[in-house]
Amino acid sequence: MEAVTMDEFIVRALLAGLLVVLVSGPLGCVVIWRRMAYFGDALAHAALLGTAIALMLEVRPLFGVIGIGVVISYLLLRLQLNKDLSSDAILGILSHGALATGLVMMAMMQAQGQRIDLMAYLFGDILSVSWQYLAWLAAVCGLVLLLVHRLWESILAIAVDEELARSEGIAVDRVRLLFMLMMAVLVAVAMKIVGIILITALLIVPAASARRFARSPESMALLAVVFGLLSVSLGVLGSMQWDTPAGPSIVLAAVLLFFVSRLKRAV
Amino acid sequence: MSAFLIKADDIGLQINQRSILEHISLCLEPGKILTLIGPNGSGKTSLVRVLLGLLQPSEGSLQKKPGLVVGYMPQKLHIDGVLPMTVSRFLHMGQKVSEAEVQATATTLGVANLLPQPIQGVSGGEFQRILLSRALLRKPDLLVLDEPAQGVDINGQQQLYQLISSIRDEYGCGVLMVSHDLHLVMEETDDVLCLNTHICCSGHPEAVSKHPEYLKLFGSSLDGMAVYTHHHDHSHDFHGDETDESKPSAEHKHGSCNHG
Repeated sequence: MEAVTMDEFIVRALLAGLLVVLVSGPLGCVVIWRRMAYFGDALAHAALLGTAIALMLEVRPLFGVIGIGVVISYLLLRLQLNKDLSSDAILGILSHGALATGLVMMAMMQAQGQRIDLMAYLFGDILSVSWQYLAWLAAVCGLVLLLVHRLWESILAIAVDEELARSEGIAVDRVRLLFMLMMAVLVAVAMKIVGIILITALLIVPAASARRFARSPESMALLAVVFGLLSVSLGVLGSMQWDTPAGPSIVLAAVLLFFVSRLKRAV
Repeated sequence: MSAFLIKADDIGLQINQRSILEHISLCLEPGKILTLIGPNGSGKTSLVRVLLGLLQPSEGSLQKKPGLVVGYMPQKLHIDGVLPMTVSRFLHMGQKVSEAEVQATATTLGVANLLPQPIQGVSGGEFQRILLSRALLRKPDLLVLDEPAQGVDINGQQQLYQLISSIRDEYGCGVLMVSHDLHLVMEETDDVLCLNTHICCSGHPEAVSKHPEYLKLFGSSLDGMAVYTHHHDHSHDFHGDETDESKPSAEHKHGSCNHG
């Protein structure tokens, strides 16, 4: 019986990874097309604060993470209005500001006797995924994928050129807002897989590996999913084999795959 | 049919306390080509952006024909190499057009052979024609072209302007374009609007080319402006010998002034 449960949690972990990379593949491509890696980082770091707030209010972490994602995006837009600071400086401030606040809040809650597994949030806990969580994950990822599919052409047009898209009547601001919300949802669910510190890697590394093999935006998104899937599988199996933490192992596998992908000649 | 596509009334635009546009009124009509000319920094691109709704004017009002479809060809567009995209995919992107339509339009503009190529690999002139193809595939009521001849050599420019004029004839759309060189577009445009923050002068291209405000800005007689003198040398080559042009211009000058 022991072997069965052992198999089961690996299966659950791999399924959770598959679900997350189905979303992170296409979104990660958009992130590197639009140079939003810093924004992804800021959302991920802010997710810790979102989780802390959710724990305090006793709601699902997802809602806290989405809520704080909205706040971060709003602050970013407000601070960008005055052009005396660059976006990456503003994002750096928001990102680390949110991370620090989250860490302080969690420490205070721990001091009050609340049991919080900080390491699980920071580095992921894919091996502890339950069937129940998987069902929830499938529903959330399915919804996001559906939305990505519906908005794909608009997202692409905006990635090519925002002004051209606007002049052609695409509701650029609405699509951007929805994209930001999808990113926040992804961050919330990917937290469990690789942890907030390494979420951006799960977004950009498989997408970057896919670039040289892709001739169209769609094939790049699809290949990013394949690279993501390989990374999750290799990472989870490697972490079992060598007893290493799963999240960093997944990212390490992704990065190794990236360097392998660079062996292909540029076209 | 509505009488106008876009009507701008007394548009003003200030950015950071600097006046970019002042008291601009104009009307874009179906089947008409209006060319905006003006020196660098005269607000041409800003005016185009206001008309497209990309910039909010600080003053004045803008009316658009309901359901107006605009085909916009921006001055510059850079598609990063990180985005894998063929020319064909770019033309299909975000619009419901058939393969046959794309093929036909690309053939008209001489870019059909580029369709399967990555868009990052095409030359400047080819890219301009690809952008124009995309604008046309939208079946626009109004075509907006910001410096369409950029990166195109002087012979190609003439061809491009003739092409734009024939597109207007074929599609019956209105055209708003921005150009540096009045003499090159002269034959293909219906109206010219000479801009330098405010409207300096406007009207038929012949009249504008002899208007004192235009001459003050572009100074065909100013030898100091080497760049412009150079351009004019070239345009003379296309329009015939120089003595023919300089003589009537002296006579017509008074005529057009009286009209204005």
